[in-house]
Amino acid sequence: MAVDMEFLQSIPYFTGLSPAVLDLIRKFIFEKTAERGDIILFEGAPSEALYFVASGVVKVFKTSAEGKEQILNIIRPGESFNDVPVFDGEPNPASAQAMGPVVLYGITKSDLGTILRDHPKVALNVNMVLASRVRDLMSLVEDLSFRHVTGRVAKILLENAGDGNGPRPRLTQQEMAAMAGTVREVVGRSLKALEEEGAIRLDRHRIVITDREALRDMVEAYY
Amino acid sequence: MVEMPEIDLEKCDGCGLCISVCHCSALVMVNNVITVIETEECGWCGECEAVCPLEAIACRFEIVIEERYDGS
Repeated sequence: MAVDMEFLQSIPYFTGLSPAVLDLIRKFIFEKTAERGDIILFEGAPSEALYFVASGVVKVFKTSAEGKEQILNIIRPGESFNDVPVFDGEPNPASAQAMGPVVLYGITKSDLGTILRDHPKVALNVNMVLASRVRDLMSLVEDLSFRHVTGRVAKILLENAGDGNGPRPRLTQQEMAAMAGTVREVVGRSLKALEEEGAIRLDRHRIVITDREALRDMVEAYY
Repeated sequence: MVEMPEIDLEKCDGCGLCISVCHCSALVMVNNVITVIETEECGWCGECEAVCPLEAIACRFEIVIEERYDGS
């Protein structure tokens, strides 16, 4: 396995380190691969390693007792996941799944301890990464707990449905998220909730409003 | 013609993450350019859009109202 030094330097954990230190860290790294759909980490399981995505994409998510999935983060090349259990020693707080073929670089918990002790600059970088992660998660918590996003998404659908005359606007989930003041993941969940309520039907690239009154009720109930 | 995700080639840097997550091989690299192949297999899962770090790929939804038989 050849861990690319330039790539290693681009990982936020290792920015600002000298080539000599990076070369030492490189010796601790092991490679792991996964295919689309493979579960890399299970929520609640013990955890022994921190992972960086070298190529591909991993989603980190939690699943409710009813089987509903909430994506917490999408991890792209250079980004890390499973940071929290490696530092606090508790089980994985979320599951991680490969969204396609992925190559991961891993560092075991004990090797990470050695790196942090020998290279305090890495500890400072870790602080930055974790602080940024907390900020992102606080924003998600705010969306999920305080804001009535479902009502706002319902309102956006009603406002953009058009009357059959002339071209209708066509919106991405990202655009709906920007309009609702939330993130894409929460819009996806809201659309599923509206579909479960029978107000809409997701029909490939169409969102079909099947019950306009029910959708209006959603706006009033949640907005 | 099958509706397919749209790629903004001005924004796209050809990283290929969208190709790696596509379930139906609708996205391919042709001469270092991400190219969309029309296919009925595309279920509009939106994962290509979700993983793109540059927001260069768009799965747009048309929002339509289903007319009821009673005309309401």
